[in-house]
Amino acid sequence: MASLVKIAQAGTLESSDIMITVAPGPQDSGIVIELESIVMAQYGEDIRLTLEKTVAEQDCNDIYIKALDRGALDCTIRARVLTALSRAGAVLKEEIL
Amino acid sequence: MDMKLRRSMLFIPGNNPGMLQNGGVFGADSVILDLEDAVAPSEKDAARFLIAHALRTVDYGCSEKVIRINPLDTFAAEDIKAVVPCHPDAILVPKVESAEDIHTAVQMIAAAEQPDQTPVKIIALLETPRGILEAYNIAKADPRVVALALGAEDYTAGLGAMRTKEGTEIFTARTILVNAAAAAGVQSIDTPYTDANDEEGLLADTELAKRLGFKGKLSINPRQIDVIHSVFNPSISDIDWAEQVIHAIRKAEAEGSGVASLNGKMVDLPIVNRAERILHLARLLGLIEGAK
Repeated sequence: MASLVKIAQAGTLESSDIMITVAPGPQDSGIVIELESIVMAQYGEDIRLTLEKTVAEQDCNDIYIKALDRGALDCTIRARVLTALSRAGAVLKEEIL
Repeated sequence: MDMKLRRSMLFIPGNNPGMLQNGGVFGADSVILDLEDAVAPSEKDAARFLIAHALRTVDYGCSEKVIRINPLDTFAAEDIKAVVPCHPDAILVPKVESAEDIHTAVQMIAAAEQPDQTPVKIIALLETPRGILEAYNIAKADPRVVALALGAEDYTAGLGAMRTKEGTEIFTARTILVNAAAAAGVQSIDTPYTDANDEEGLLADTELAKRLGFKGKLSINPRQIDVIHSVFNPSISDIDWAEQVIHAIRKAEAEGSGVASLNGKMVDLPIVNRAERILHLARLLGLIEGAK
C-alpha cells in the first residue's frame, strides 16, 4: 500500500486544469472525495471515478482528496493526481502510467 | 537526410493543460512541449506528468511531437526517463555545446526507450558561443541528430551583445549554424521571433532566415505559424521554375546531351538539386501531385 506522509497539492485553477489536494486519511477511512467542478452536472461522476481509479491503482486506500475542477480532461486529472500523490510522499508504482 | 517538414516548430508550455490539449490544432509542423524555460523549477515534476499523459492521449494530428527537456546538467535525466517511454518523435536538447553532450543525451534516451520503440530523434539547440563553434561536430555526433536549432536569446547574452530586431549580432551564428547543418546533412531551424505582436518584423526575419538557408523557424505563438509557412512554402513561380528545370534536364538526357539549358542559362547539377528540393517540398505540402 502506498501511504501518504503529508498533505500536498498539484494543479491550478486555470481553465482546463484541476487543483488537487491530497491528505492521508485515518485508517480504514477509504477514499474520501470532495469535488467541485464547473461541469459537475455533465461529468461529475466521471471525474469522481477517474479520481478514485487513479488513487486506487496506486494502492492509496485511506486518502482524502479535494478537487477543484475547471474543465480538465481525463489525462490532466490523472496527471495532477499522480503529481499530488508523489508530492505527498507516496511511492508510485509506475511513475507515469 | 531526414526529410520531415519542419517549417514551423511551436513551443507549448509544459505545465499548461489548456495549451497542451490544443497544441495539435494550429497546424505547426512540429509542436515542442516545453519542460525547460516555460516551467518554473518547482513545477517540473507536474509538467513531466502532464506531458507524459498528453503524449499518450492527445492527438497532435500531423504535428511532430518534440519535447524540450532541461539542460543536461540539471533535470534532463528525470525528464528523459519520464517522457521517452511515451513515444515522442524527438527530443530538443537545450544548450548543447559539444559532441560529447549529444553522446550523453543519446545514452540516456536509449536507456529509457521501450524495446519496440522507434528510436527517438534529437534536435540540438545551440544557444552558446561555444555551441555555435562546435555546430558541425554536434550535427555529426550521432545519426539521431536530425536538426540544429538556434537559440539566439541565450547566445546573445553569452556574447555580451544586445539583442536587436534586425539581428546583426546573430548573423555570424546563423550562417555558421546553417553551413554546419548543410555540411552534416541535417536541417537548420532558426531562432524564434520573440515579439508575437509584430507580424511585419516576423515576416522580414523569416525571409532573412530562408535566404540564409534555414529550413524552418522556432515559434513562440500560434499566430506566427501562417506567416512562417507563407515564407517557407515554395511559391507558384518557384514550382514552375523547378518543373521547367526538370523538364529541360530530362529532355537533354533523352537527346543524349549532357548539357541542358533553360532560358539561355546552363542547368547544372546544383540547379537540378535545388529544383528537386522545391518539388519535393511542394509534393509534401500537396501543392502538386506525386508520391508523398
